[in-house]
Amino acid sequence: MNENLATNANLAMYSAMAVITLSMLAYALYLAGLVPARTASRDAQRSEVLVGAEGETPSPPAATPPGALAGSDEVPLRARKAGAIAQLLAGLGALLLVASVALRGLAVHRWPLGNMYEFGTFAAMSVMVFFVAWSTRRDLRWLGLFITAPVLLLCGLTTTVWYTQASGVMPALQSYWLVIHVTIATISVSVFTLGAAVAVLSLVQARVETSGKPSLLDRLPSSKALERMAYGFHVVGFPLWTFTVIAGAIWARQAWGSYWNWDPKEVWSFIIWVVYAAYLHARATSGMRRTQATWIALAGFACIIVNYAIVNVYFVSQHSYSGL
Amino acid sequence: MARDLPRKDRTIVQPRLGPVGWLRFLWRQLTSMRTALLLLLALAVAALPGSVLPQRSIDATRTTAWLEEHSTIGPVLDRFGFFSVYASPWFAAIYLLLFVSLVGCVLPRSRQHWRAMRAAPPRTPKRLERLPAHATATVESDPETVLAALRSTLRRRRYRVHAYDESSLSAEGGYLKETGNLVFHLALLGVIVGVAIGHIWGWKGDVILPQGQTFANTLIRYDTFSPGPWVDPDDLRPFTLTLDRMEARFEETTKGSGQFGTPRDFTAYVKIADQPGETPRPATIKVNQPLSVPGGTAFLLGNGYAPVVTVKDAKGEVLYHDATPFLAQDNNYKSVGAIKVPAASPKELGFTGFFLPTASLSDSEGPVSLFPDALKPALVLTAYEGTLAPGGRPQSVYTLDTSELTQLKKPGTTQPLTIWLEPGQTYTLPGGRGTITFDSVERFAGISIRHDPGKWLTLGSALLMVAGLLASLLVRRRRVFVRVSPVEAGGSTLVTVGGLAKDDDEGMPDVLQSVLDSLTAAPGERR
Ligand code: HEM
Repeated sequence: MNENLATNANLAMYSAMAVITLSMLAYALYLAGLVPARTASRDAQRSEVLVGAEGETPSPPAATPPGALAGSDEVPLRARKAGAIAQLLAGLGALLLVASVALRGLAVHRWPLGNMYEFGTFAAMSVMVFFVAWSTRRDLRWLGLFITAPVLLLCGLTTTVWYTQASGVMPALQSYWLVIHVTIATISVSVFTLGAAVAVLSLVQARVETSGKPSLLDRLPSSKALERMAYGFHVVGFPLWTFTVIAGAIWARQAWGSYWNWDPKEVWSFIIWVVYAAYLHARATSGMRRTQATWIALAGFACIIVNYAIVNVYFVSQHSYSGL
Repeated sequence: MARDLPRKDRTIVQPRLGPVGWLRFLWRQLTSMRTALLLLLALAVAALPGSVLPQRSIDATRTTAWLEEHSTIGPVLDRFGFFSVYASPWFAAIYLLLFVSLVGCVLPRSRQHWRAMRAAPPRTPKRLERLPAHATATVESDPETVLAALRSTLRRRRYRVHAYDESSLSAEGGYLKETGNLVFHLALLGVIVGVAIGHIWGWKGDVILPQGQTFANTLIRYDTFSPGPWVDPDDLRPFTLTLDRMEARFEETTKGSGQFGTPRDFTAYVKIADQPGETPRPATIKVNQPLSVPGGTAFLLGNGYAPVVTVKDAKGEVLYHDATPFLAQDNNYKSVGAIKVPAASPKELGFTGFFLPTASLSDSEGPVSLFPDALKPALVLTAYEGTLAPGGRPQSVYTLDTSELTQLKKPGTTQPLTIWLEPGQTYTLPGGRGTITFDSVERFAGISIRHDPGKWLTLGSALLMVAGLLASLLVRRRRVFVRVSPVEAGGSTLVTVGGLAKDDDEGMPDVLQSVLDSLTAAPGERR
């Protein structure tokens, strides 16, 4: 155990929270800055959809993909400045979180995924890293606020109610399966988190579109594009979660002698898997509306939250690793 | 309705669903995607109560305690199987229906897919401009060369290509998507079959083995043995396992909340002989590192303390001398157990109480343990005399059945006798009943030996599921059509490509563009 490194890990965590808070504010300013341009944007978005679908020449790969904002020259300077600052701070915040996780790992001489604090920090880190990496390929400034806010909430919870001092882990956790199973699980949860954020936006956007009233959301992609984007995340998250459950079962046999014992944590992992499978089914079922399917995906995310924040802490289970 | 009609017509409007028709109707309902969706959601909901209510198969003691606390709602829930949810008829009904639905859905689809994979892609539509995605280009080359080049481009990209006439191509790719989907659903059945095999032919047995003792793999040596319905216990392979040493380490340095005293390492050092008479070889069993034994796998699932106790009669004759396992009740290994001395006379003697590895006397809770390691061990016992096994009924070795026992009292009082012993100490029982000595502390290992013949099928199917899922979700089923026509002047060719995808497919325009781009790539590329 290295106290010094552990202290620095916490320091990096607090710095990350400060930086991400500023980034969140800048993203909010960016969105606010878009408002004056909103009437023009509606038409722009319409015509863009037309180009994408029926233009004479298909858009080359470099063109703005459907679903991104209209060309940046339409974005007022004020918003563009805020957006650039927000992106920069988000990148810095992601790096600080990576540093925090790495320092914690070095401090405890093991993979830093052994208790609630470490799960939460790792999840916050991977959400930010995925978001920043993905931002380099697409214009995602409109999404920033809706990612940084939940990440901050998560960091706040891990550093207060779930904080656990740096230490070793119990024998059941001393296995390379920890690295495989928990890492994939956390990554999968991060992907589902991004998917859920976009899914919520798609539902709100669908409502705005049917109401026909002008709104700030006019500058965001259409509900159809948002829904498709959310589906894309879930399509990546679901196989990862399937693998998580399988790896967990293999590990359970190593550690407890039986690959499936209907332990509450196993039950909830199964429920999450079944609900997301239902989402994929609903989306492929003819006659189901996309919004209905999206609600099922959000139910899946609610189950993830229950599994993490409630089952880990309050349920009597073999998985009593929360360290609380 | 039928009444208003003339007689002759009645037979026509009457529903003609006979029993077979009804069955067919039900079958079609059951195998629809919508039903599968409902059943999936029902499965999620049905799995839920088992995580909230204690389950008998996992923790029978907690279930009993819950039932005693909730005497009104408890029995009702019990009747409907809420304490063994995953073995209850309603849970089984949902997943069995789901699997019937799955078979009914997947088998016809497999047949269809098999045919589709061998059939040619559909005819090229007349007007490709009508397709949701399309593109055109003019190429400096004659139509035959262009078609040949496009044909090889599409082939290279694993499209199945067919030409219905001289000026067009039909191509289809991404059959792997449907293959993956079918593999996923069929592998799901494989998982269930694997689990079922494990339940029918698998077994598990638990044994508590104090240091220095040897376990022989026969039915009677197990403390508990749970075989599947078709297991013959006579088939157990006759290996022996000796526990040389059980090592346990706990967190001593970190004082943070929830860390001090938590386990850090458990290792059982054993000797195993595969056959009787064979020279035993040393091995270790750790949590996360089970040991392969003949016919099964040995897991280290628990550990604790077995105080060595000697009971002598008044003449100094040894009546009892054994390492007696006490079972841990909390994280600091406050353990309960019983010492039974049927050889005592005139009445049998029994002792029950706690073993405390780091003993302390708390004002509010009485005897407690402060740390899980044996730093300051003590035995705290009360004594009974009478009949240990009334009616010869089978007994738990960890508790006393006190129905025909009377508790010994402190001499001259009505207070129960309490014996506090530390290693090496001896207590002289009142009334010339002899002595009890706490000689030393040994650890025991809780070893579970298990056999599951279905696990490889389950694992293989599960991995196949992931592979199928990846193909199903990431591959795109796409149709690409090509039409060429010569441009009047100059021997060049007008190429039109159109694409059709199953779901909305953002990538289609890019695919078409790259197909066209391949025509202008380096000439060596085309052939
Ligand atoms: C244990 C139950 C089941 C699970 C976990 C499951 C899971 C899945 C998943 C993850 C997909 C991929 C969705 C996609 O391609 O977009 C899928 C697709 C599909 N499932 Fe299931 N399934 C189950 C049972 C069934 C049953 C009983 C049926 C038949 C009624 C069925 C019919 C289908 C069909 C037709 C698709 C294809 C959707 C498409 O073409 O995109 N599934 N299933």
